[in-house]
Amino acid sequence: MPSYVIVEKCDGCKGQDKTACMYICPNDLMVLDTETMKAYNRDPSMCWECQCCVKICPQQAMDVRGYADFIPLGASCTPLRGSQDIMWTVKFRDGSIKRFKFPIRTNAEGTADPLGGYGTHDDLKSEALATEPESLGLDAVPTI
Amino acid sequence: MANYETVVVNTDLLIVGGGFAACGAATEAAYWAKKNGLKVVMVDKAATDRSGAVAMGLSAINQYVGIRDGDNTAEDYVRYVRQDLMGVSREDLVFNIARHVDSTVHLFEKWGLKIWTDEEGKYVHEGRWQLMINGESYKIIIAEAAKNAIADAGGELYERIFVVEPLMDGNKCVGAVGFSTREEKFYVFKAKATVIAAGGAVHVFRPRSVGEGFGRSWYPPFNTGSSAYFTMKAGAEMTCQEVRFIPVRFKDAYGPVGAWFLLFKSRAISAEGGEYMVERRDELNNWAPYGLAKPIPANLRNYLGMLDTDAGLGPLYMETDEAIGKLADAYKDDPKAFKKKMKELEVEAWEDFLDMTISQAHLWAAQNVKPEEKHSEIAACEPYFIGSHSGASGAWVSGPEDIDTPYKWGYANMCTVDGLFAAGDASGASSHKFSSGSHAEGRIAGKSAIKYIVEKGSDPSVDAAKLEELKAKILAPMDLFQSHCKETTVPEVNPNYIMPMQFMHRLQKIMDEYAGGVTSAFKTSKALLERAMELFVYLKEDSEKLGARDVYDLERCWENIHRMWQGESHVRTMLFREETRWPGYYFRSDTPKMDEDNWHCFANCRWDAATGEWEMIKRDIVPLPGV
Repeated sequence: MPSYVIVEKCDGCKGQDKTACMYICPNDLMVLDTETMKAYNRDPSMCWECQCCVKICPQQAMDVRGYADFIPLGASCTPLRGSQDIMWTVKFRDGSIKRFKFPIRTNAEGTADPLGGYGTHDDLKSEALATEPESLGLDAVPTI
Repeated sequence: MANYETVVVNTDLLIVGGGFAACGAATEAAYWAKKNGLKVVMVDKAATDRSGAVAMGLSAINQYVGIRDGDNTAEDYVRYVRQDLMGVSREDLVFNIARHVDSTVHLFEKWGLKIWTDEEGKYVHEGRWQLMINGESYKIIIAEAAKNAIADAGGELYERIFVVEPLMDGNKCVGAVGFSTREEKFYVFKAKATVIAAGGAVHVFRPRSVGEGFGRSWYPPFNTGSSAYFTMKAGAEMTCQEVRFIPVRFKDAYGPVGAWFLLFKSRAISAEGGEYMVERRDELNNWAPYGLAKPIPANLRNYLGMLDTDAGLGPLYMETDEAIGKLADAYKDDPKAFKKKMKELEVEAWEDFLDMTISQAHLWAAQNVKPEEKHSEIAACEPYFIGSHSGASGAWVSGPEDIDTPYKWGYANMCTVDGLFAAGDASGASSHKFSSGSHAEGRIAGKSAIKYIVEKGSDPSVDAAKLEELKAKILAPMDLFQSHCKETTVPEVNPNYIMPMQFMHRLQKIMDEYAGGVTSAFKTSKALLERAMELFVYLKEDSEKLGARDVYDLERCWENIHRMWQGESHVRTMLFREETRWPGYYFRSDTPKMDEDNWHCFANCRWDAATGEWEMIKRDIVPLPGV
């Protein structure tokens, strides 16, 4: 069942209009059962195991059990995603564990300046895109 | 008819999609729109933070030319793509992307993407064109810049709206229609120009995995052929619809092999120990001149491995233990340095998986794989349509205006339909743009579309009756289901309709068995393709009998109709091209050789909305002047 929801931990995102997992799933698979107020993956066979739902869940109520047709039981890859880093805990079938921490970005969330601080220009007819040629690190856009 | 409210959104520029090309288009177009008092609207079927092919993340940027530092030129990139695609590429488009892509990468770095640098501050390369990144949040960062740009220009982003069809006024695209996957709303977007950047296509062919693993395709299952459908239905000429891509990856979970081949210098062998790239080298003579130049094209590397598989020499293996052992040898006199190096390599290898194919890390953990002790299986995946990678399918678009070529009809990246622009997987014959080049191409298309609006833009003319007709057609699967679902005890099995998943299985069975999928070992022929076309007649008729229980099913119905059109154009174009040019992508057993005299050309096609007929067209390949 690719991604799954742990009953004990899921709080249905406390009855907000949408749950975090419903919001983020790139393949529109997560649904909130409005009777139990728990989310579920409505079509595990269409799951890419991208873990976008696992990473975003505020309750850590989601995990992935590898595709049953080729992944043996007993392992897991569990992310803990912060604002600057992601921590992975990889549990092997034999019980051994590896842990990795990788940076995910170099600045604060939300601060991406579309023009990157580069100089811009007004010439709609030129081949130069908004921040070019400065963002190329060249004096002009190359041509033939 | 299902009771859906119609919502009309008026805009100057409409961007359909939300992945890298769409975000590039939005970021650039917003700048020029603001300067010219124009409105930009982007429509994404998912949440832009995690939509499209890079939803999971990536561990490398595959296109960086390095013009700034004198490492390569845009012309070098044109020669590389020409070689990899067996001489078939729109060199003007490849050049245009290559000359802009570095600025895209520099912007990514400014936006917060961690690109690896060495002690001197220079980018760390995985290969000649590839940069290493910490890319778990690659898409989130690129989406953030696009969203900030749209907001700054007073534009709008619509998420969870699935765009189904183009809106046409003769040969002019005047927007698009679709529906919300969250509310009972039918959306009409009226626009002076439209950029289509809605990704490639997966699950046209039957995947290797079954049951739960059905969704484990290398390219994501939510890339459903929506770009190709949109441009084909608009009447745009398409190119390279025969040029699918089949990656060779770690078997089953499809984890990346680039780091193992390029960073660790690992070899690939058959079960008998032979290295197919060495033992089958003579075969490359049959594919001259491309087979004899370096780097050896991806499809030919595939092909040599496939020959081993066909000969029963499988499984094929990536020699991870040997590669690590060789690295260890280099440090044999310094155990401390070796330990440090091994730790570093271990982290790099696992990040490669965890950043972009978590299932592969999961599979290795579940099989207790220690790459330093034992090799791992590799295999060819199923075919995908991905013009941004080593495939080439997509719309036939106008080239850059400043370069002297025969491929120009006014505005860069405009299709043969007025007002419709394509980028990323939506535009064809400009392979090897990957994430960064797709974004750069989106920027090119975004600026070009604004220029078109400023110079030629006119208010869209949309026929109200046509809109009602489209609305009824798009919602029909829900109506059909409701009309008959109570007639059988199991509503999903009903003689009046077919459910979307079952329809997809039928499409995949045709493609897999007749059009050169996994189970036919990527081989097809005129007779097999003609039989596929016979079966497509029924499939197309039955596409009008799709049933949907709810809006989720409706989304899946239309995704599968999009896939079906991608599949049909693929079959038609493989049938048209009477040779085998990319033997590691598909092999036409009735025309088993490459025919440079007759088929060193583009194989294009166009569907005519007025007649419903397909036209097949040969177009000349004109090299870029002086390259």
